[in-house]
Amino acid sequence: MLGLNNKDTKFLIIVILLTLSTPFVMQPFSESSAMAQFNGGYPDLMQRVAIFGIFAIGFNILFGLTGYLSFGHAAFLGVGSYSAVWMFKLLSMNIIPGIILAVIMSGLFALMIGYISLRRSGIYFSILTLAFAQMSYNLAYSVLTPITNGETGLQIRPNDLRILDGEGSSTYTNLFGLQMSSSAKWEVWGHLFTFNVGFYVCAFIAICSFYLSLRIFRSPFGLMLRAVKSNQNRMSYTGLNPRPYTLAAFVISGMYAGLAGGLLASMDPLAGAERMQWTVGGEVVVMTILGGAGTLLGPVLGAGAIKYLENIFSKINENVLHGWFDFLPDGLENLLVWVFARFTGDGWHLTLGLLFMMVVIFLPGGLMEGAERIRNRFGSKGDIDETGASTTKPAE
Amino acid sequence: MSHNKTTRRGLLKGGAVVGAGLAMPTFFTSQANAYTNAPSGGKVTLGFNVPQTGPYADEGADELRAYELAVEHLNGGGDGGMMNTFSSNALKGNGILGNKVAFVTGDTQTKSDAARASAKSMIEKDGAVMITGGSSSGVAIAVQGLCQEAGVIFMAGLTHSNDTTGKDKKANGFRHFFNGYMSGAALAPVLEKMYGKDRRAYHLTADYTWGWTQQESIQAATEAKGWETVNNVLTPLATTDFSSYVAPVLNSGADILVLNHYGGNMINSLTAAVQFGLRDKVVNGNNFEIVVPLYSRLMAKGAGENVKGIFGSTNWHWSLQDEGSKAFVKSFGTKYGFPPSQAAHTVYCQTLLYADACERAGTHNPCGVGEALEGFKFDGLGNGETEYRAEDHQCFKDVLVVKGKENPTSEFDVLEVVEVTPRAQVEYAPDHPMFAGGELGKCNPGA
Repeated sequence: MLGLNNKDTKFLIIVILLTLSTPFVMQPFSESSAMAQFNGGYPDLMQRVAIFGIFAIGFNILFGLTGYLSFGHAAFLGVGSYSAVWMFKLLSMNIIPGIILAVIMSGLFALMIGYISLRRSGIYFSILTLAFAQMSYNLAYSVLTPITNGETGLQIRPNDLRILDGEGSSTYTNLFGLQMSSSAKWEVWGHLFTFNVGFYVCAFIAICSFYLSLRIFRSPFGLMLRAVKSNQNRMSYTGLNPRPYTLAAFVISGMYAGLAGGLLASMDPLAGAERMQWTVGGEVVVMTILGGAGTLLGPVLGAGAIKYLENIFSKINENVLHGWFDFLPDGLENLLVWVFARFTGDGWHLTLGLLFMMVVIFLPGGLMEGAERIRNRFGSKGDIDETGASTTKPAE
Repeated sequence: MSHNKTTRRGLLKGGAVVGAGLAMPTFFTSQANAYTNAPSGGKVTLGFNVPQTGPYADEGADELRAYELAVEHLNGGGDGGMMNTFSSNALKGNGILGNKVAFVTGDTQTKSDAARASAKSMIEKDGAVMITGGSSSGVAIAVQGLCQEAGVIFMAGLTHSNDTTGKDKKANGFRHFFNGYMSGAALAPVLEKMYGKDRRAYHLTADYTWGWTQQESIQAATEAKGWETVNNVLTPLATTDFSSYVAPVLNSGADILVLNHYGGNMINSLTAAVQFGLRDKVVNGNNFEIVVPLYSRLMAKGAGENVKGIFGSTNWHWSLQDEGSKAFVKSFGTKYGFPPSQAAHTVYCQTLLYADACERAGTHNPCGVGEALEGFKFDGLGNGETEYRAEDHQCFKDVLVVKGKENPTSEFDVLEVVEVTPRAQVEYAPDHPMFAGGELGKCNPGA
C-alpha cells in the first residue's frame, strides 16, 4: 500500500493507531487518583510531543542516515516560527499559509547554512552548525528586533493587518475556521480524555512526515545517505560525489525543523528567540539518541519521553513531595523529600541526564534497542520471518 | 490476518463497540461551563508562574513565599495579614466564594516560551482559573496574551514595563505594580534636586520591553529637567559580565550612569561600575553618580556595599509604617524569618485583590471579576489609597523614591525612603504617547 511492502504498511498502521490514540495512552490514570499528577494527556503536551516528534524525525534523516551531527537545527525551528507568526500577522490566522512559508524559509536557510557547513565533516561540521545557530539566536535576540521583537517575542495583536481575514476578525489560529485551541472532553469512569483540534492537526502532519521519512529510508536516495555514513571515502573512490546527497539531506531535515517551528507557532502564536538557542538544538540530538538514532520510530519516542519528563517531572515541587511522603516520620519525610526534590521540579534535568547516560552506556541503540531486547527475550516468535533470522534491519 | 472468522460472539462485541462509538459524542462535555476552568468540588486552583531559575530567580522565590502566605490567609490560616487592614471586607477567611484555595506552581525560566508552556499546562492540566506571576515584563506580556486567549484572569506580578498596561494591555490582565513612566516622574525631581540641572546621562539598558520603555521614560523625564542623554547601550538579559559595557562609559563624557537593569543583571552591572571606580571620578566638575531607576531590597542586598547613596524608585518597602505594611511584614516575618521584598508585596496584594473581586462579583468568571476590579478603589494594602483604573487596568498609587542606606543597621535595612511621591505627580492619561497603540479588547471568559 502507498508504495510500501507489507511489513512497512503494518508498521505505518501501528504508528497511525498509536498517534490517534495518544489522548488515551497519555492519560492512563483516573482524575481522582493520586497518580493523576502523571497524566500527560492535555492538549499542550500532546501537541508538543507530536511537533517535537516531527522535529526529531527530520533530524534523524540527517543524523541517523548520514551520520552528520548538527547542533544548529534550532535555528530552522526558530525561522519556521517567525515566518509563521508573520504570516498570521500579515495574511491570515489560517495556519496553512504560515506553515507553507515556514517550510520554504527554513529550507532556504538550511540551503545556505548547509552549503557552507557541509564543506567539512565530523566535529568541524558540528561546530560550524553550532556557530550558525548561535549567530541566528543573537540576530533574532538583538540585531533584528524590528522583525523578531527581541526578547519579548513576536506576538499577535488585535490590530494586526491580516489582509485575507479582514477587520475585527478572530485572533485565534484556525484551519478554515476550525480553532486550534478548541477541544472536546470525554469523561468516562473517572477518566477525563481531551480531544484537541490542534493535536489532531499536528498528529496528521506528523503521520505524513513519518510516511515521507519511511519512504526516504527505503529509497535508493536513503541508501546513498547510508553509504555516506558507512564510508564516505569509498563512496568518493567509486566516482560518486557525496556532497549533493548530504546537502539534500540537510535541507530536508531543515525543512522538517521549519515545519515543526511553524506548527509550534500555529498552536501558540508566539515566536521567541529562545527557540533558536543552541540548547534546543542539543535537545533534539538528545531526543534522537535517547530514542535510537537511525531507527524510524526511535526519535519520536525520544521526543515524547523528553517532553513528558520536562512537563510532568518539572511540576513535582516540594509541596507535592511532602504530600506523597506524608505518612512517614518527620525526619525521614524531610530527608526523602530533599533527595527526590533534586530529581524533580527544577531538578528534572538531572533525571534526564541520568536517563540519557544509562541509555548511552547500556543501550547504545536507544529505547528502540531496549524494546528489541525485551522482544527477543520474551520472544514473540511471530516476528521471525521466513528465513528464520530475526527482524533486525541494518542501520535502522 | 488469516484468522478473521466472523463468529456470533465477535459480531455482538463489534456491534457493541460501534454502538458505543456512535453514542460517544453525547458524552462530550465541551462548552458545558460558562467560563474556562469553573471550580468544582469545593476547590479553586490558582496558578503561580514565577522564575525559579535565571536572573530573576531571587525575586521568584520571594514571590512564591508571598503566594503561599496569601493562600494560607485566604483559607483562614495564620494571622490574616493584610486581610485585616484591607478596606474591602468581602473576604471571610473561608477560601474564595466558599471554595478552598489550592495552587500549582511553575517555572517561567524568565523565557517567554517556557513561561507560556508552563501557564498552558496550569490552565489545561491543573484547571487553574487565574494565573499570576512573572518577574520579567517580556514574560508577563507573553503570559497575559495567553490568558486573554484561554479565557482566564492574569494578575501581573513584578512587571514594570509601560507596555504591560500600555500597548500590550489586555482585558483579562491586571497590574498592581507601578511602571517605568511612574519611576521617571517620581525620580526626576529628586535627581534634579540632588545632582543639579546640567548633567549628562549614559544609559545601560536591559534589551527587552521593560528596559526599552523604562529607558524611554527616564530619558524623557530627566531631559525635561535639563539633562542631556549621551548614549543608550542595550545589554542582553542573559549577560553576567558587564565590564565591556561599563568601560566605554569612562570616556564618554557622561557624569551620570543610569542602570536600567533589574535583579541579577543590576547586581552585576552595578558591581562592575563600582569596580571600575566610576563613583570616585569627577567629570565636568561633577561627582560621577549612578542611578538605578527600579530598586528592590533583594537587589540592594545582593549588591552589598555598592548601593550606598544610590537613588532609585520602588513600589513598596517593608519599613513603611502604615497598618497594612506592618501587618504584612509581621505575618511574613513570623512565617519566614525575614521581611518581604516589593515583589512579595505586589503578588500578595494581587492574590488578595483577585479573591476580593471574586467575592464581590459572586463568581470566578473573568468578565465578572474584571468588572469588579475596574475602577475599584481600595486602601490598607500598604500603598495608601489606590485605584485600579478601568481604562488600562493599571493601579495608581503613591511611588516611593529610595536611596541605598549609608549606615545599614541589619542586612535587611539597606534602603531608606527619601520621598513618597503623591499619585497626582505620577499619573498620566490612558492615551499618553508612551502607552498608546494598544487596546484592551473584550474580556474573554473562554469556553
